[in-house]
Amino acid sequence: MEFTEEQINRYSRHILLPEVGGKGQKKIAKSRILLVGAGGLGSPAALYLAAAGVGTIGLIDSDVVDLTNLQRQILHHTPDVGRPKVQSGKDKIQALNPDVSVSMYEERLTAGNALKIIGDYDVVIDGVDNFPAKFLINDACFFAEKPLIHGGILRFDGRVATIIPKKSACYRCIFKAPPPPGLVASCQEAGVIGVLAGIIGTIQATEALKLVLGVGRPLTDRLLDFDARKTQFREIKVRRNPNCALCGEHPTITELFDDGDPYAGCAVRPSA
Amino acid sequence: MQVKINGKPEEIQSGTVLDLLKAKNIEPQMVAVEVNDKVLERDHLATTHLNEGDQVEFLFYMGGGR
Ligand SMILES: [Zn+2]
Repeated sequence: MEFTEEQINRYSRHILLPEVGGKGQKKIAKSRILLVGAGGLGSPAALYLAAAGVGTIGLIDSDVVDLTNLQRQILHHTPDVGRPKVQSGKDKIQALNPDVSVSMYEERLTAGNALKIIGDYDVVIDGVDNFPAKFLINDACFFAEKPLIHGGILRFDGRVATIIPKKSACYRCIFKAPPPPGLVASCQEAGVIGVLAGIIGTIQATEALKLVLGVGRPLTDRLLDFDARKTQFREIKVRRNPNCALCGEHPTITELFDDGDPYAGCAVRPSA
Repeated sequence: MQVKINGKPEEIQSGTVLDLLKAKNIEPQMVAVEVNDKVLERDHLATTHLNEGDQVEFLFYMGGGR
């Protein structure tokens, strides 16, 4: 695969980087990245990955754009209200960079379709808003052996972590199972400062590109927590848990399953 | 005795991790607890005693993304 003159111009600020160069830009152009959720986190990730020249971006989302999304989901604009998010997302990605091909999945990720969809990608970005889905993505990436960039946002707090199955701590190593639905507030109740989606989603995109390029040190075995009130990042060391039900020494989860009702709520952070 | 909780030094009563959660009014089901970089199994919260200088992390679920 050779770049055209226009492409060399478009990606010149990448190609100038010794860590990227023409070779790295070709890796990006061949890469396939799946965004589970074309919402708050998926939006900035999609735009930067598109700008970077990722070969194929997969968008999976069953929702249509709602007016309340526009405060943070910058992939969608006012005239898109009522349109499927995957369609609206595809339009923006291709307007930004026609080199990118977009695969749309207008459905929810389930235990039934997850492995088939994820299997087609190199890296998966978690941009979903509920715990059962976060656990499902974690499990599916483990079984498909695909790196996962986990993300979460709530109120003024955000979190990112990179999970390389069988090599670094997984989501279940730390959080064994979704929290009991009764104790969880819904996203609508909880609220989020919109720009936080940009901060966390762009870190997720950075991690994905680093993996594609094989550059630097991934955010593995660490949780990166961000507190927007204080503008403070904090890194929490984590490690693989030998008792992990999924990736531990004696796993009890041996196949994919839907771990609870996906509409059971959004997030919780009791005061501490 | 002094321990570090989520990176901040804090003076606490000696006791178990579960005692600390209770004192802080944190529902054990809503948090993963790490002591010195190791995640505790939930059924060990009541049997794990904290020591001077321990680094405790309360990791709350953070689920939003849309
Ligand atoms: Zn694990």
